[in-house]
Amino acid sequence: MRAQTSILSALRESAFASLVAAGLAFPILALGTEMDQSNRLVLEQRWSWMLIAAGLVFVGRFLVLILAQGRVAAAPVPARIWPPFVARVLPSAGVVALFLFPLVMLFWLGPQGSLKWINNYGVQILIYVMLGWGLNIVVGLAGLLDLGYVAFYAVGAYSYALLSTQFGLSFWICLPLAGLFAAAWGAMLGFPVLRLRGDYLAIVTLAFGEIVSAVLTNWTDFSNGKAGIMSIPRVTFFGLPFTASENGFAATFGLEFQAIHRTIFLFYLILVLALITHVVTLRLRRLPVGRAWEALREDEIACRSLGINTVNTKLTAFALGAMFAGFAGSFFAVRQGFVNPDSFTFMESATILAIVVLGGMGSQLGVALAAVVMVGGTEVLRELTFLKEIFGSSFDPSLYRMLLFGLAMVLMMIWRPRGLISSREPSVFLAQRKNVSGTHVQEGHG
Amino acid sequence: MTTPLLSIQKLEAAYGQIIALKGIDLDVMPGEIVTVIGANGAGKSTTMMSVFGRPPARSGKIFFDGQEITNKPAHEIARLGLAQSPEGRRIFPRMSVLENLQMGAAVDDFRHFQADLERMFDIFPRLKERIDQRGGTLSGGEQQMLAIARALMSRPRLLMLDEPSLGLAPLVVKQIFEVIRELNRNDGLTVFLVEQNAFHALKLAHRGYVMVNGAITLSGTGRELLDNPQVRAAYLEGAH
Repeated sequence: MRAQTSILSALRESAFASLVAAGLAFPILALGTEMDQSNRLVLEQRWSWMLIAAGLVFVGRFLVLILAQGRVAAAPVPARIWPPFVARVLPSAGVVALFLFPLVMLFWLGPQGSLKWINNYGVQILIYVMLGWGLNIVVGLAGLLDLGYVAFYAVGAYSYALLSTQFGLSFWICLPLAGLFAAAWGAMLGFPVLRLRGDYLAIVTLAFGEIVSAVLTNWTDFSNGKAGIMSIPRVTFFGLPFTASENGFAATFGLEFQAIHRTIFLFYLILVLALITHVVTLRLRRLPVGRAWEALREDEIACRSLGINTVNTKLTAFALGAMFAGFAGSFFAVRQGFVNPDSFTFMESATILAIVVLGGMGSQLGVALAAVVMVGGTEVLRELTFLKEIFGSSFDPSLYRMLLFGLAMVLMMIWRPRGLISSREPSVFLAQRKNVSGTHVQEGHG
Repeated sequence: MTTPLLSIQKLEAAYGQIIALKGIDLDVMPGEIVTVIGANGAGKSTTMMSVFGRPPARSGKIFFDGQEITNKPAHEIARLGLAQSPEGRRIFPRMSVLENLQMGAAVDDFRHFQADLERMFDIFPRLKERIDQRGGTLSGGEQQMLAIARALMSRPRLLMLDEPSLGLAPLVVKQIFEVIRELNRNDGLTVFLVEQNAFHALKLAHRGYVMVNGAITLSGTGRELLDNPQVRAAYLEGAH
């Protein structure tokens, strides 16, 4: 009798779920627009796709409900704490692996085959790891929700682009300058928003990001507008260009010229920049200013009553976070050789923020893992060409990126609402190390 | 006559249109425990918070050890030797007990950190047991101990406590008040205490003020106020 009613209720719930799925699928799957030969948009109807999606959801939901019945509600799983040995060795092993990665790829796949891996996966992911770590200072440590972080990335990129093309300054001079400019802009954004928190701060930072991109688009005398800045000088090996010429990198070191040299150098460059970001963040966390950031995230009123200068604390967080975005931005410009405002849209800010949130705010390892998943995931989607044979040649899996990310976010919020790595390691200890798990602290209190 | 350590003169403050303090006069002499009692919304906490500039004083003056501190930035006031344990304790929940204590020592630039840490463990042995635990996982009483210890880490000359008994079991309240009494007796710490628990507060304090609707209506020694029939009727009946 009970089994019957539970099956009935499971059916009812599954029907409801499939109805929701159908509703969602209607604009996404059932209706599509295609360009015909005369470049007109034609509405394409794919009702079968919608029905398939709704059917899949129905079956899936039903199975989940039926299977879940046998189980007793599980007790909350205690946070997994790394065995001490693993925790000690893992970071350095990871860094060594990263340093070996391009060389291993080069020997394994050759200069042609390894390019994709070092460039699309290696460099691309590391840029976002660095941006994630930079934003982590602002959002994760200081708790200031910044939706316009890409603005500082843009400041860094345009700093290098303009300084190198207009004044002929080299990358190694522009890199620190780009960081300084971005930090100055960070402080400039910091001043007016000092009194804001939470939602209000988010809106103002969002607007700031849009303003920067609007200025870059419309102030054509300065930034050349939408057309962007072209032929930005490429990266050199401390003065030696990566060209086939006499005084190029390959000739100087007696190597055969290959385009991959530049990519490998870029890989190491961004790796070192990202590691600097990481080390600086770790150091700062142990200094009074870093602890003040975290205390500020926890409770601003308590901070004030303890004599912490909240104004300076917020400004340093904004400025430092922005500085690392500036470094990453000038790296972006030297890598692409071309910048235009399209690279600095709100979507970029959202992606970086998603990396920080998915990773677990404040967790360095979590942010790195989330960057691998988010950026690497996009690249993997491009590789899934076999899906074309199933869904037809016009099917492009990378267009479903956002759908999948949305799904991943929803699942994360259900299973790991505090991000991939939610435990926060205290920055000081009296005796032995102990990780304190996020699950012990109530939601909304931490 | 010695100068008061904290002197509030004709202080007026408001939250927007709502006037919270209507001209408060209050003195705390060095070595004293002074308490302000009153009902919910009487302006007790506002008085204390106004010393730190939130809400700002609209008129009137606040002096700390003879120096005017009216509407100075909070961190500068704290550096003068004035520590506050705010209402609701306001522990940093995701930070460990040790980190919480470190935050308190920031004002003192960590000059006496180790010695002060040992001293806090002597006063509150429970905190030593919990040293690596997150602040948010402590019990209410432990959090209150941590809030007081955190404030003491800055080596203040005046400790301001906002409702330390809030939400605590009677036994724990007793413990905490005992600690405050000993700090005052042994170390000569001056304490300014805001409390709803009038009976305990008046028994502890040398002097007390009674606040009603943003104004001070009565003042006297703790003993006098405890025996005052009006105070008994309004705040003490049934409170034992």
